[in-house]
Amino acid sequence: MIKSIQKPTGLVHQQSRWLFLQILGLVGLFLLGLRLIDLHILKQDFLQGEGNSRALRTVGVPSYRGMITDRLGVPLAVSTLVQSLWINPQEFTQIDKLREATKILNLPYDQTVNKLKINSQKEFMYLARHLSPDKTEKIQKMGIPGVHVLNEYRRFYPRSEAIAHVVGYCDIDHHGKEGLELAYDEILKGQVGRDKIIKDRFGRHADDRGSLVTQRGGRDVALSIDHRIQFLAYRELAQAVKTHQAKAGTVVILDAKTNEVMAMANYPSFNPNQRIQHIDDRYRNRALTDQVEPGSIIKAFSVANILASGKYNENSKIDTSPGWMKVGQHVVKDLRNHGEISLKTAFQKSSNIVFSKLTLELPTASLPEMLVKIGFTQSTGSGFPGESVGKISAVSSQNPISLATLAFGYGMTVTPIQLAQGYSVLANLGVKRPITFIKGGNNAVPGEQVLDADVAKTVTSMLGLVTEKGGSGTRARVNGYTVAGKTGTSRKVSAKGGYEKKYLSLFAGFAPVENPKLVMVVMIDDPVKEGYYGGEVAAPVFGKVMSESLRMLNVPVSKQTEKDLPSLMPKPKDFPLEYPRKGLILAKSYVSMGGR
Amino acid sequence: MKRSDPLPVMIMLLLLIGIITTSLLVVYYKHVSRQLFADLQSVHKLRHELHIEWTQLLLEQGAWGSDARVEKIARHKLNMHLPPSDKIIVSRE
Repeated sequence: MIKSIQKPTGLVHQQSRWLFLQILGLVGLFLLGLRLIDLHILKQDFLQGEGNSRALRTVGVPSYRGMITDRLGVPLAVSTLVQSLWINPQEFTQIDKLREATKILNLPYDQTVNKLKINSQKEFMYLARHLSPDKTEKIQKMGIPGVHVLNEYRRFYPRSEAIAHVVGYCDIDHHGKEGLELAYDEILKGQVGRDKIIKDRFGRHADDRGSLVTQRGGRDVALSIDHRIQFLAYRELAQAVKTHQAKAGTVVILDAKTNEVMAMANYPSFNPNQRIQHIDDRYRNRALTDQVEPGSIIKAFSVANILASGKYNENSKIDTSPGWMKVGQHVVKDLRNHGEISLKTAFQKSSNIVFSKLTLELPTASLPEMLVKIGFTQSTGSGFPGESVGKISAVSSQNPISLATLAFGYGMTVTPIQLAQGYSVLANLGVKRPITFIKGGNNAVPGEQVLDADVAKTVTSMLGLVTEKGGSGTRARVNGYTVAGKTGTSRKVSAKGGYEKKYLSLFAGFAPVENPKLVMVVMIDDPVKEGYYGGEVAAPVFGKVMSESLRMLNVPVSKQTEKDLPSLMPKPKDFPLEYPRKGLILAKSYVSMGGR
Repeated sequence: MKRSDPLPVMIMLLLLIGIITTSLLVVYYKHVSRQLFADLQSVHKLRHELHIEWTQLLLEQGAWGSDARVEKIARHKLNMHLPPSDKIIVSRE
């Protein structure tokens, strides 16, 4: 390698020079190493931080709240972009331009100035929220320093009043506040993401450095509601409440096979698109929260209980003379003396005496147990926020009147949705299913046999008599379809205790009888004009909504009523009014509540 | 030490070439990835804008096609009405 060894004279000189270079190189390497350690280990945090602050940015990835649609995919709640204006009071100086701005925005000038004063130490203050883009554009053109635009989302409800109670609404910050907006908030709400990205010197996003928070779009929720039936129910209900000058009304329609809610309307209603100022009665979803004494409508279940005992059948004769009956200290009355009638007729005529008498013959706990099995005092499983369950007052053998009145629906409270669920048990040959607001929500739910199928069949046939001639619910009849149903008129409990001269008018039923498609409950609260009986007020709403709905759902016409088909009928001019009030016998019967 | 083995040298050379190629590829694909990322970003932005437009169109459709409006027009403007029950003929097979 080293050939210069042959020249010994310059050897020492060369060697020392070589050594010097070597040392120099080593020192250089050592210094470089030190610098490396310095940069990579000692100053690493600082340098990385400096680099990141020049290039790395965190950006928000927008996310939107999912839609709520009906079963056909028609949107019921949609979020879209709106703009808000905000002020940084620290930057805001041109107070003179504020007057013009408030004029454009329809804001009170004095209050805005006040708000500015209060927030003068802060750096953020809303000037106006949720504006249309043309307004914000005008303000932006004014170029006031310190006024900025913020993109926000707002929830819109295209179907507005008709379905307001079911869908509910969001607060201004886009969180579910009421109804299904609240119940399904976790699914609907998206997650605004935060991504780390590297920007190049033109401000473009150059590279992705992973997410701090993964963006997740809100998922859509498809309800079981059919918006056509919903609108129909709402329209007819509103009409009935206005005609009878009632306080309020509720309609619940279930799919008879799956217990999916097809429609749920309340009147009066509210417009969820307007800012909710203060909550009053209009905001309550009465179908799920109002606990009412159901009255005669419960007789469908007392008769089921009587039949289930095996002691009586539909043709058993019961003597109701003389039209009243003493139970302990109290008296149970019928509207008139029906004499000796069969159980079937007693049901059609809605005799209180028969149901009290026969129920008292059964074990005391029998009827309350049946009612609980059907679903009363239990949650329907709808998952709707604020659902009530109602209660049954205690019955004992010492106090027989409590059981006697329970047999015709007093001494217990129910919600309209529970009534609908109860009638769906009858429509489904004794199988009970929970209520769901979600399309296909019950597909995996097997259902529970709570009533003997034969008993349910017999009760259904009795319910069919109610809408036939001589029954109390003739006005619930539906052209071309057989209807099973029951009217009810219950007196409302006054605040002082005891019953007042105010009524609840009810109808519950399903159609067509042979193969039920829809279960429906109508409740009208305190009708004062043109009648108050369930047969007069609630039954016509049932009839109209049911016939239209079955037609919309393409349900084939029932064979049994083929002879009644309108085209073959002689001349049914105005069909429901054909039958005068003679059928409306039931509800005048009431209990005299003794001395207290 | 005099005659170096040709095999390890060859391996070293190959590895050297390999290192140079892969590092060039790293640089190239980093560039490609950044370009694709920029594309992704603009597509995301587009999707966002389209989503907003879509929701606005949905709302517009909802307003024009609301049941109440359709019914009002049908009844009052077009003089339509539901046929009375004696005018309905149900056809059966």
